[in-house]
Amino acid sequence: MKSFEKTQTLKPYLDDLKHTLYLWRKSHLTMVGSVIIGLFLLVAIFAPLIAPYSPIEQDLSKRLIGPGSQHFFGTDHLGRDIFSRVIHGSRTALWIIFLVSVISTAIGTIVGVVSGFFGGVIDEILMRITDMFLAFPSLVLAMFIAAMLGPNLTNAIIAISLVGWTVYARLVRAEAIKIKSMPYIEAIRSVGASRLRIIVLHVLPMCVSPILVQMTLRMGTIILTAASLGFLGLGAQPPAPEWGVLVSDGRGYLMNQWWISTFPGIAIAFVVLGFNLLGDGVRDMLDPRLRR
Amino acid sequence: MNFVSFILRRIILMIIVLVGVGCIVFVVSRVIPADPVGAILGGNAPVEVVDRMRAQLGYDRPIAVQFIDFIQGAIRLDFGVSLRTNRPVMTDIMEYFPVTMELAIVAIFISILTGVVLGVLSAVYRNRWIDQFSRIFSIFGVSMPVFWTGLMLILVFYGILGWLPGAGQYDWMIELDNPLTSITGMRLLDSLLQGNWHAFWDAFRHIILPAIVLGLTATAIIARITRASMLDVLKQDYIRTAKAKGLKKRIVILRHALRNSLIPTVTVIGLTFGSLLEGAVLTETVFSRQGLGRYITNGLLGLDYPAVTGGTLYIALIYCLANLIVDIVYAILDPRMRS
Repeated sequence: MKSFEKTQTLKPYLDDLKHTLYLWRKSHLTMVGSVIIGLFLLVAIFAPLIAPYSPIEQDLSKRLIGPGSQHFFGTDHLGRDIFSRVIHGSRTALWIIFLVSVISTAIGTIVGVVSGFFGGVIDEILMRITDMFLAFPSLVLAMFIAAMLGPNLTNAIIAISLVGWTVYARLVRAEAIKIKSMPYIEAIRSVGASRLRIIVLHVLPMCVSPILVQMTLRMGTIILTAASLGFLGLGAQPPAPEWGVLVSDGRGYLMNQWWISTFPGIAIAFVVLGFNLLGDGVRDMLDPRLRR
Repeated sequence: MNFVSFILRRIILMIIVLVGVGCIVFVVSRVIPADPVGAILGGNAPVEVVDRMRAQLGYDRPIAVQFIDFIQGAIRLDFGVSLRTNRPVMTDIMEYFPVTMELAIVAIFISILTGVVLGVLSAVYRNRWIDQFSRIFSIFGVSMPVFWTGLMLILVFYGILGWLPGAGQYDWMIELDNPLTSITGMRLLDSLLQGNWHAFWDAFRHIILPAIVLGLTATAIIARITRASMLDVLKQDYIRTAKAKGLKKRIVILRHALRNSLIPTVTVIGLTFGSLLEGAVLTETVFSRQGLGRYITNGLLGLDYPAVTGGTLYIALIYCLANLIVDIVYAILDPRMRS
């Protein structure tokens, strides 16, 4: 009897999961995106095993060698192996994506849920603050914060997070307002649940899937912003193997040693492409309006 | 009346937001850096020099006084004197901003043209090669880093093919033979006004690559939106009627369908303006154009505090004004937006 009940309650979830997997398999572009991101994760995890050389060690006797069997992507002006630097760069990129996603989602979710759930003056104040952060082109604000904090990787991560939270705040606020007026929340409230309990146990779980969709969609942008900061000299600093820094390294050698800037840029475009495809796919899978 | 109150409300909101923007810029530039003057001069500067610099920047006064001074200055668009150029920041901005504006205008022009053409073609020839091409182009268009695309185009069109100049706004030789006096600060416009065709052609050749790079993301988005709305419109009854009347396909598409399908496109064009300002920072750096984006970047790298705060505030102001204009245009186009 008990096991029967269990399957009864589990069945809709299992069907749901099956349907999600079906949608995932059906979309070729989502598959491509997943494969790219899978590769990216594997490369980032096993970077020291894959990279044939040290990403930082210089060997001036091997300066500016073109791509070949010894150095797949060639070497730079200090004799460093570009392939190894690109491979290790994936770790930097992953680290940035992870931290920025966590920090900006956390700030945005808290602001959004407080704003949407309590409404009134608190909502008005929090939303005007959000507007103020949205009043800058996001890269300009990120550059400004990163430079004022002092250009390095940690501060770039802080800057990108401080720019990115607004999206989540607006999203979660809209969800919270919608959920707040639902009958089940009224029921829980009438039983005497505290506000904190309602928010944590009944409002936030409903926001998880839109937040996940948004997170995946924003990961490409995070890489692009971080690389832009690195390229401009306001993010990660040389000799760190960060993709934007790598592209910048090759600027002065572009005409004769094209490989220095080219390969790191391909790596950025490839991974951003993967996240964009995956993000679109995840949105289609998790958005009930698009699930058919 | 409804319309006027809508616009008034938007303007008041914008002013509140701009005051907040001023607060953010102040806090980030004056409160967060522990020792700005030390950072500018380096660790080994003598105490007297540091003190003089601090007094020159006004950093020796209480933070509240600095704040009031800062806001008062910002309202009058007086951001102080740049540490690098030794000129009032606003004079600098007035010189650099038209360069950015010119690039943005050419970029949006190119992306509307190519985006709409690609979108219409891929809707009309749905699932044919042009549609597939447009799809792949759009996916890559939003995935490639702007600064890298710029370098690659320089490599191909300047380095390998030699068709276009690589960087800068004009050629010194052309400038020597056909000097151009600055009227608007936009070289294309100035040379047109003065009938200086050599300078115009030269400026055009210099702006084409950066404008393509800057407009790439916008092109991709415009192409996708135009395709989607064109497909919607093509399904409508009046299109079938027009076809049934025996009108030529070209006329049905250009005269009947395109006009209605462009409404969502107009929306997107307004929204991409912000991404253009952002892209200008990178494009100007890659192509060595003396625009506002590069001014701010160099200011940030050289810790030129007055230039940076002024430039950032100015960009935020332009950005907010652009959004305001977009909102007003919507309200004119679509009365439902006014509520």
